[in-house]
Amino acid sequence: MTGSTEHIRKASKPYTSTRNACKLCAPLGACFVFRGISGCIPLIHGSQGCSTYIRRYGISHFREPIDIASSNFTEATAIFGGRDNLLTAIGNVTRQYHPEAIGITSTCLSETIGENIPMYLRQYEASRAVHAENAPDAAPEMFYASTASYRGTHMDGFHEAIHAVVSKLAGTGGVEEKPEDRRRINLIPGFVSPEDLREMHEILTSFDVPYTLLPDYSESLDGPSWAEYQKLPEGGTPLDAIRRMSRAAGTLYFSQSVPWEHNAAAWLESRFGVRRENLPLPIGIENSDAFFQALEQFTGKTTPEKWLKIRGRLIDAYIDGHKYCFGKRAVIYGEEDFVISLAAFLNEIGIIPVLAATGAQSESFATRLRAVLKNCREEPVIADDSDFATMLEQAKKLAPDFVMGNSKGFYLSKNLEIPLVRCGFPIHDRIGGQRILHLGYRGTLNLFDRVCNALMESKQMGSRIGYTYI
Amino acid sequence: MIEILDERKKQVLENGKDFYDIVCGKASTAGSVSQRACVFCGSRVVLYPIADALHLIHGPIGCAAYTWDIRGSLSSGPELYRMSFSTDLRENEVIYGGEKKLYVALSELIDKYHPKAAFVYSTCIVGLIGDDVEAVCHRVASEKGIPVLPVHSEGFKGTKKDGYRAACEALFKLVGRDDTTPVSPFSINILGDFNLAGEIWIIKEYYRRMGVEVTAGMTGDGRVDEIGRAHRAALNVVQCSGSMTYLAKMMKEKYHIPFIRVSYFGIEDMSAALYDVAKFFSSPEIMRRTQDVVREEVAALLPKIAEFRKDLEGHKAAIYVGGSFKAFSLVKALRHLGIKTVVVGSQTGTEEDYNYLKEITDEGTIICDDTNPLELSRFILEKGADLLIGGVKERPIAYKMGIAFCDHNHERKEALAGFEGMYNFCKEVHSSMMSPVWKFSPARLKYAGRAH
Repeated sequence: MTGSTEHIRKASKPYTSTRNACKLCAPLGACFVFRGISGCIPLIHGSQGCSTYIRRYGISHFREPIDIASSNFTEATAIFGGRDNLLTAIGNVTRQYHPEAIGITSTCLSETIGENIPMYLRQYEASRAVHAENAPDAAPEMFYASTASYRGTHMDGFHEAIHAVVSKLAGTGGVEEKPEDRRRINLIPGFVSPEDLREMHEILTSFDVPYTLLPDYSESLDGPSWAEYQKLPEGGTPLDAIRRMSRAAGTLYFSQSVPWEHNAAAWLESRFGVRRENLPLPIGIENSDAFFQALEQFTGKTTPEKWLKIRGRLIDAYIDGHKYCFGKRAVIYGEEDFVISLAAFLNEIGIIPVLAATGAQSESFATRLRAVLKNCREEPVIADDSDFATMLEQAKKLAPDFVMGNSKGFYLSKNLEIPLVRCGFPIHDRIGGQRILHLGYRGTLNLFDRVCNALMESKQMGSRIGYTYI
Repeated sequence: MIEILDERKKQVLENGKDFYDIVCGKASTAGSVSQRACVFCGSRVVLYPIADALHLIHGPIGCAAYTWDIRGSLSSGPELYRMSFSTDLRENEVIYGGEKKLYVALSELIDKYHPKAAFVYSTCIVGLIGDDVEAVCHRVASEKGIPVLPVHSEGFKGTKKDGYRAACEALFKLVGRDDTTPVSPFSINILGDFNLAGEIWIIKEYYRRMGVEVTAGMTGDGRVDEIGRAHRAALNVVQCSGSMTYLAKMMKEKYHIPFIRVSYFGIEDMSAALYDVAKFFSSPEIMRRTQDVVREEVAALLPKIAEFRKDLEGHKAAIYVGGSFKAFSLVKALRHLGIKTVVVGSQTGTEEDYNYLKEITDEGTIICDDTNPLELSRFILEKGADLLIGGVKERPIAYKMGIAFCDHNHERKEALAGFEGMYNFCKEVHSSMMSPVWKFSPARLKYAGRAH
């Protein structure tokens, strides 16, 4: 295959409406970023429903309390503006939760009526500074992410919130400079699972350098059972660690689709000269290699032995399982960066992603996706701005063997009568979605086992004989 | 100690200690993490189970994405209602208007899926950008020859209750379209059962055994044509009164159909729901059959409940649900298990509802309106509840506090209505309360042996 872009079978959506969406709205992504910051509570400037729906959607996946406040627009708010509601909400949230920070997001509603939230916040912070003597500890840090839900997807909200937090805190002082700050690694891992974040902690710790992992909801959205009720579950990137990002040795950002204006790594580079690398999500050997190489480069250290051993076991597993995979046909879908990395991984093991789709509207998706399919013996159907109903119609003509992605793809799996290998977000129909490991050599190994086992189970269950060795 | 916000202090009272009337029915306090959703949610959950209709959500993608397959409502036939359709408005439409996109989207979907009717839900921004949804619906209805009904469910225009009202208004337009199909003189409509986990089938079977026919289920396992002849039933039986009383009132006014309020949860309320219908028809035959149904069902159920009660007697429950009618039934149902209700609240109760809760609960019980997770955690701890009944959003509160949980919300996959449902309810409470896992819970260990 040439890999040239002329041959890409780019599929357009056949209907004007979106049928069974394969994306979520921007405030959702921003809320999860804010919950990945220590002591930070999200506050949505919009209708009560926005916060409740996002909470419910998240709780069904993470199975943890996720408190998200709302400024609760009424009809009068929509007409006369939401300043008072927002300020009341900030006051009430501060009183009840005593947060270290409040992460405010806009909504389609507040954006459409032209709310100037940054101005409200400036006024609020200015007046707070005047009264600071009276209420010294009631001064949470304020973040604002502009997340109009008619613009982009939850991933745009996710990146925007990271950018908002970094640009608000990094390099503003407030922390004592330490010489080791210059060795610091900033890692922005994208929208990954708490288990992935724990893996990142382990990898970074093994390189023995200070680091900032942002966001970090490894504890706050997947914590242990408690003895006392916690108003805001513990964990999250400490604010000081974000402040120190401006002095780091480098920023690694697992996203190649993040737009320039939301790219916190690019912002740190242009503002403070912090080197950066926007990498693909490290799924698959080559992508994981790229991640470890970048780490070596930024830290000047070599990869600890233990990761090389896991890499070795991964290769061993690839070989053990290669015959179960070769030539199998997959439907993959989800966030743009996630799908591209999944495709790269499947490409490594000889599986053909016959249909690769994302709900995001993206000019570069098809080209980037095609570029990672180096072994592909068949042109895949590649679709951006897609939805599950469209995918089902397309997949029916492509004879796929399995479906891989979040649990909303059960709709495909059930209708096509093929297995679903669950990964990504959300997982609403199984337990443990927050504990699925995708990243690095170990994550790849986990995904590889899942893929092989799904195919083997399918073969076993589909045979009358009921083989006990496969 | 968790502070109750000043604005909310009168929305909470302790039975026998506080003598003010509870404040309720108001918009949620800004910054309080209310468990309520919005107007759109109210409309969406009520109309969702109408299985052969097309449900198109006009707005940006979120509202449709978060409500895809959201309810555990079952259909005995068409599955169209389970599809999530959205006009998925983008920036361009927000600037230039979304009418054209709505028109094309709607026309295409009707051509593809051949629904019996279409509902078009307005979300927050639709009013703001000035789309004339009524006009588009009218045009498409005349072109396609099916009812196309706008649902005025802009999220911020009130509370979930206003969403129920908007749904009732849309439903009311479907009623009265069929004057020819025969309808039995002993016929009722069920309003406010949504056939979660097949509940309406259980209830319909009781009525069938009594000799009473159900003309239309609204909206559980709902069909557009059945709703079209609902105006010729003899009686409206309203189960989820918070959502559907408004429709019952409109039907009473226009079609002179009386209505009664019932609850299908618990033994007493379920029995009353059957007897009240039997009484209405004043037919000795129906009454005799009703007695048979109740006698048989209760006789089979009571010994099973007694078994559960052995394990559950003496425990304490907190209840936080959407509608307060359900809370009434739950307080009573728990008594059969020897479980005392120490906290009870709802998202949408009225003053009258809360006064009734005062009557049926003991002194010391906390009654709350539109509470939030922090308050709820405080009440649970203060009152020593070891069971929480609520929905998905309340579940992690219970689990993190190391107490049992029963899902009584609209996503549930267990039928909890009817006598059969009472058994399932007891079983679910029992299975959560009796699980051996709690002995590892740090909260349990900490509070074990603590005197309440």
